[in-house]
Amino acid sequence: MTGPEFLQQLINGLTLGSLYALIAIGYTMVYGILRLINFAHGDVLMAGCYIAWYGVVMFHLPWWAALAGAMALAALLGVLIDQGAYRPLRQAPRISALITAIGISFLLENLGLVVFGGRPKAFVRPEVFNHIYQWGELRVLSLSVWVPVITAVILAGLVFVIYRTRTGMAMRAVSRDMSTVQLMGIDTNRVVALTFALGSALAAAGGVFWAMKYPQINPLMGVLPGLKAFVAAVLGGIGNVVGAMLGGMILGLAEILLVALLPEMAGYRDALAFVLLIAILLLRPTGIIGEELPE
Amino acid sequence: MRRILLIITVLLLAAPAVPAATVAGPVKIGVILPITGPAAPYGEAALQGIRLAHEHQPTVLGRPVKLLVADNRSDKIESSSAANRLIQRDKVAVIIGPLSSSTTMAAGPVAEKAGVPLVTGWATNPVVTRGKKYVFRTCFIDPFQGRVAANFALRDLGAKTAAMLIDNSRDYSVGLAAFFQRAFVAGGGKIVIKSLYGAHDQDFSAQLGAIKSKNPDVIYLPGYFPQLPLIIRQAREMGLKQPFLGGDAAQADEVLKIGGQAVEGLMLTTHFDESGATTAAGKRYAAAYRAKHKKAPDAMGALGYDTYMIVLAAIAKAGSLQADKIVAALEATQGFAGVCGMTNIHGHDAVKPAVILKVKDGKYVYVTTVEP
Repeated sequence: MTGPEFLQQLINGLTLGSLYALIAIGYTMVYGILRLINFAHGDVLMAGCYIAWYGVVMFHLPWWAALAGAMALAALLGVLIDQGAYRPLRQAPRISALITAIGISFLLENLGLVVFGGRPKAFVRPEVFNHIYQWGELRVLSLSVWVPVITAVILAGLVFVIYRTRTGMAMRAVSRDMSTVQLMGIDTNRVVALTFALGSALAAAGGVFWAMKYPQINPLMGVLPGLKAFVAAVLGGIGNVVGAMLGGMILGLAEILLVALLPEMAGYRDALAFVLLIAILLLRPTGIIGEELPE
Repeated sequence: MRRILLIITVLLLAAPAVPAATVAGPVKIGVILPITGPAAPYGEAALQGIRLAHEHQPTVLGRPVKLLVADNRSDKIESSSAANRLIQRDKVAVIIGPLSSSTTMAAGPVAEKAGVPLVTGWATNPVVTRGKKYVFRTCFIDPFQGRVAANFALRDLGAKTAAMLIDNSRDYSVGLAAFFQRAFVAGGGKIVIKSLYGAHDQDFSAQLGAIKSKNPDVIYLPGYFPQLPLIIRQAREMGLKQPFLGGDAAQADEVLKIGGQAVEGLMLTTHFDESGATTAAGKRYAAAYRAKHKKAPDAMGALGYDTYMIVLAAIAKAGSLQADKIVAALEATQGFAGVCGMTNIHGHDAVKPAVILKVKDGKYVYVTTVEP
């Protein structure tokens, strides 16, 4: 493999990685606060994509307005899911909530099939993201430059909210000990709802950029990005937003380089993600920069 | 008075004899197709063809035909359970479908075991019917399709080198690529790279990067929707300028919608095009399809139409719904002038012409017909 070709593959890996990262951040946030693996995250992503699609195709909104609308409505969906499905189980064993999350995931997928139909739809990529930058043999889509930038901005915003605001302090406190926090006069339900709103809005944003990069959407589109984002989140240290970004990048690079360097192993691409998951759980269960869970 | 009573009695006695013919009920034909899932665009097109055929010929053996459509959700496991359901619960006489080779290989053994004829109109992998007594197909098989594509690449495109990009999870894609390779190499061409991808992949930058560095004359892509338009879009974004050559799965409205400008120039081998229609049935079908759906007819629907008609002709010839008689009639299908041209069943596979299409100005345009 030549130098420029390798460099091109590195860029391809980082592009894919930053999409995984964007989705993983929302995933890991909900886990960090609630210790709940929200398997419906990928399906909220799907719902967000359809909302944006309807916004652009039916209401002729500009892409940014459709994105904002998708994030807002996905946030609402996230809050409704929390209120309807997870809140009644707050005191139940963790496994009950996990199984409920899987149930919600199936519900959203099949609801999507009924409401949106099984046929995939073409997603529109706005002009801003459709330029191609070329340096010699290297070619980069402008979307691939924007996604890491947007991911970094969102990450910075989240870190600020979590570590520098009163709400963020409440979130961190809830993640430590929910019942004690209630005694301190904090409305935990409000904090959890806010977490779901933020996480779901991020899922919608991740989904819309995913759909701009791979421009077809269908009701089952959230399954694989959701699973990959879960792997990325665990890889980086689940519950840690910076770790999610790191995990996403590593996963994206690993997948692309596997296919680029060992073409005959391309069929094992998804397997690689899960082998990485198993390896990290065996060797370092807290992830690359995850903190030790309090006893 | 007595006479009137007698007439009434006779009428009453005779009355049950009239509905007796309809007590046998409709002839049930099961249809297994991907109505949802990634292969839905093909399934919907195929079903349009079957429904049109059903409108044109709604009876056989003097009984109405009832279509029972089962959705296999583009999935192998769902296909075999759909076959089970149609056979055990609905007691269908014949099954039409499924569509892809992989799903037909899943449903075929179920029908074989139950002794119910299963006729696919679309599964082109040769293994589908191998060693089966009850499994048939009404489309050509991939050794032929691969050869047509290879010869077209060598002669008409003047290609000397080719890259292949194969969906490793589909029997159709793997098989078709192997037959293309055999014919392309036999014709003096060289395969410079063989890249693989999976059914759930959405990012192909690694494979396309490797292909770009080998600079082939043509890229053979025996892929399915939805990956196919994504692959071609990403290839054009990465600066690959080579022509893409696909198989019969490269024809679907969504390929054009999602591929947009990028799929211009895509060429493919398939079963039918209205401009190349040689038979009266083909011309009649094209007109009827246009009148009903207000768009150009595609190959999947044409195959659906032919499959239904071949199955009905076999039932009529068998004179009953006994599976073995239908099988014998299907095996003896010769010179069937269908929508897709002259069709002969050899063994359990069909021998019939292929057409080559090209995407131009957002439409599939007829290039040529290749006789078997």
